[in-house]
Amino acid sequence: MPPEQLVHKIPAQPAAATRPLVEEFKFGLDAPICLTWELTYACNLSCVHCLSSSGRRDPRELTTEECFRVIDELERLQVFYVNIGGGEPMLRADFFEILEYAAAHNVGVKFSTNGTFIDAAAARRLASMDYLDIQISIDGADAQVNDLVRGEGSFAAARAAMDHLAAADFGPFKISLVVTRHNVSQLDEFKEIADSYGAQLRVTRLRPSGRGVDSWAELHPTQAQQRELYYWLLDRPTVLTGDSFFHLSALGDALPGLNLCGAGRVVCLIDPVGDVYACPFVIHDEFLAGNIRNEGGFTKVWRESDLFLSLREPESEGACTSCGSYDACQGGCMASKFFVGLELTDPDPECVLGNAEPYLAALATAGTAVPSSTADHSRPGVPVPSPVTLRPTRRQRV
Amino acid sequence: MIDLEARYQISPNVSLRPERFGALAYSFDTRKLSFLKHPDLVRVVESLKDHESVRLAFEAVGVDEARWPSFLNALATLETSEMIRAA
Repeated sequence: MPPEQLVHKIPAQPAAATRPLVEEFKFGLDAPICLTWELTYACNLSCVHCLSSSGRRDPRELTTEECFRVIDELERLQVFYVNIGGGEPMLRADFFEILEYAAAHNVGVKFSTNGTFIDAAAARRLASMDYLDIQISIDGADAQVNDLVRGEGSFAAARAAMDHLAAADFGPFKISLVVTRHNVSQLDEFKEIADSYGAQLRVTRLRPSGRGVDSWAELHPTQAQQRELYYWLLDRPTVLTGDSFFHLSALGDALPGLNLCGAGRVVCLIDPVGDVYACPFVIHDEFLAGNIRNEGGFTKVWRESDLFLSLREPESEGACTSCGSYDACQGGCMASKFFVGLELTDPDPECVLGNAEPYLAALATAGTAVPSSTADHSRPGVPVPSPVTLRPTRRQRV
Repeated sequence: MIDLEARYQISPNVSLRPERFGALAYSFDTRKLSFLKHPDLVRVVESLKDHESVRLAFEAVGVDEARWPSFLNALATLETSEMIRAA
């Protein structure tokens, strides 16, 4: 067949590549789309579900100069924004300096704070900065529910910070909550609080990470609550989720966003001492890819670490790959599986089809210990709030 | 809606990061991220400012006319998310 005829047989290529983006992302990108950067493990609160077990500052924390070098590298890699957290990032004396350096180097910042240190003056300073998003964390729509998880006085402090940001005309900040068994019935009230400030609501998933290892069993939503949450989110596509509820997509239509685990593929975590983990929810030696202080810096860790290269391999066969909903939920969250003691090829412990139940029951029967924390920064002697009678889940499964 | 005969440009403070599937687009103003899902779309977006119309940009990049509707849809999405705008 002559070439000119062959041309007409080729279907016109659309504007999108034939391989879906999710498939592209599974194999990883040369640089993360964005990443989380915990600036410090120091925190004035001791939230019961803290994913980084924060409290005490690590004396090996990156210096200001080292933080600037990280930002330089992110600028070169065109990582357009970082999610800064902690700990409480505002406890760093050089916090504003780091924000200003990032903005000047085309690295946008979204930072998470408990709000304690946003007084009127800090709010005015934040309002004057470019490329900045702020999210204030609350885990209850009132002090009663919030303070049981985040500690006494934390709700009032967060609301005061919101008031200061509003008074300083910061613009639309974000209010972020982690969904628990106790606050899922308050979603409408959270939305009302956000709307009252012209703020965006961000709703994320509780993981059994950090101090959450001990509280997850008591705090994670029930199956009925997960369904309630799914339909609530489907009806409100403007509510942000950090794409953290993709396991719910097995219930029907996919939720907006990337329905995939991006760990080590399109996202990662840099911790306060420069350790790079696959995602913010797996601060554990098993998911430690390297340290930015080593030769080659962050770029080398991202591109060459054995851990990240293995996360970009095609998934191993497991119970999920033969399930009809696999395309929707992608097997769920790696961190959630790991910290309850499941294999990464097992179903997500909160699988909405209940497929994890036999695996969890088998773990309970065998009395398998869940992985213990390899990085606890909790302040000794500081009581962690107790929202319920927390049962020990380290050895005994419920 | 994109006007095929009008000139467009990348919005201020929007950066593109090339990827094998196309590009990431990020607006430092709206702090939103978008995905350009084909390298040809990236070439079109980058050349919009150099041409008096979208039609001329398509022709310059060599986009076959049969693909124009899908490119116009993609450009409309980028306009809605303020990644590009009329010049």
